[in-house]
Amino acid sequence: MDEKDMTLRVEALESILVEKGYVEPAALDVIIETYEKDVGPRNGAHVVARSWVDPAYRERLLTDATAAIAELGYGGRQGEHMVAVENTADEHHLVVCTLCSCYPWPVLGLPPTWYKSPAYRSRVVIDPRGVLADFGVTLPTDTRITVHDSTAEVRYLVVPRRPEGTDGWDEGSLAALVSRDSMIGTGLVEVPA
Amino acid sequence: MNTVADLGGMMGFGPVRPEPEDERFHADWERRALALTLAAALPGGWTIDASRSARESLPPGEYLTSSYYAIWIKALERLLVGAGLVGADELAERRALRPGRPGPVLAASAVPGVLAKGSSADRPIDSTPRFAVGDRVRTRNVHLVGHTRLPRYARGKEGVVERVHGAHVLPDSNAHGAGEQPEWLYTVRFPGRELWGEAADPGLTVEIEAFESYLAGT
Repeated sequence: MDEKDMTLRVEALESILVEKGYVEPAALDVIIETYEKDVGPRNGAHVVARSWVDPAYRERLLTDATAAIAELGYGGRQGEHMVAVENTADEHHLVVCTLCSCYPWPVLGLPPTWYKSPAYRSRVVIDPRGVLADFGVTLPTDTRITVHDSTAEVRYLVVPRRPEGTDGWDEGSLAALVSRDSMIGTGLVEVPA
Repeated sequence: MNTVADLGGMMGFGPVRPEPEDERFHADWERRALALTLAAALPGGWTIDASRSARESLPPGEYLTSSYYAIWIKALERLLVGAGLVGADELAERRALRPGRPGPVLAASAVPGVLAKGSSADRPIDSTPRFAVGDRVRTRNVHLVGHTRLPRYARGKEGVVERVHGAHVLPDSNAHGAGEQPEWLYTVRFPGRELWGEAADPGLTVEIEAFESYLAGT
């Protein structure tokens, strides 16, 4: 089915649902605006940066991620039960949903297309290093890799490693370094050259 | 059901194509598809598990050749027809032919509250958990005809309980209108070699969330 037909199909469905009184068009606009403007990976970057500068917060995040994330004002749909996992020199974490597209919306927003693609979902559980190579990421061969397959309503946030050379940086400057991919585990955080 | 959506370990889909962070939608219809799917769940009254079941049981060829929001729209149409809210004839003619059925509607003013609150799957339970962190467990080798969240690659495999999450709504029953039937939910970790054999990356561990009925002791 081509894009033009999907456009017509979705327009038709919306008009049917509106005409039958099941959907309020203004509600659709608010949903879209929420996930286009308000809820996205900058929320997660805030959480990660806080955990880097505040050891007590880091401890709370790793113990009860849902509560620690709520402290910063984030929570709700698709983030009701959160777990944070921290990358170290020895262990690297990756998140996937092999069965569908489960993703921590309150901290990362909507999942990118690649996260929902058969290419990613099929391969990351059996060949994570191959997938990382697609992102230009090579880990040392002795770094262990843990892949989290989100098969229920638990959602994962990866806390990437804080890059070297950032001692003394404030939370905002650190958050600006934290990419969405680094919080899924398909990227690393680096200081721009 | 052994569905095409259960993709873990399949091969041949080619490389993963990264995208920039600000690329959230590729067409305006994707925005509407997202919003319609979220908004229609209230009048529809179906559960998130029923939505997932509708998506994964699209014909396999269609599933693999549809973009993700196209999968959502096709599943939404099935759910609407299944719930009796929209007629197949209305979808075919692409217009409303009859008035709708009165019922709850998501108001624009309610959206922020609904999204901020979410819909937790955590539930109270009377029983004590059968397994504890560190216990060795084996996933059941079952091939159900209904919805399940135990991936094929992790069936009949031995692992270790990593976390105990409390009790959660059981998708296997909730997807089919058989009630929430909450069960203890565990994270179970498997060595890569248990799942993928001797050729697996020796440093690989894969974790899944498993409901108690997915597990047996060893």
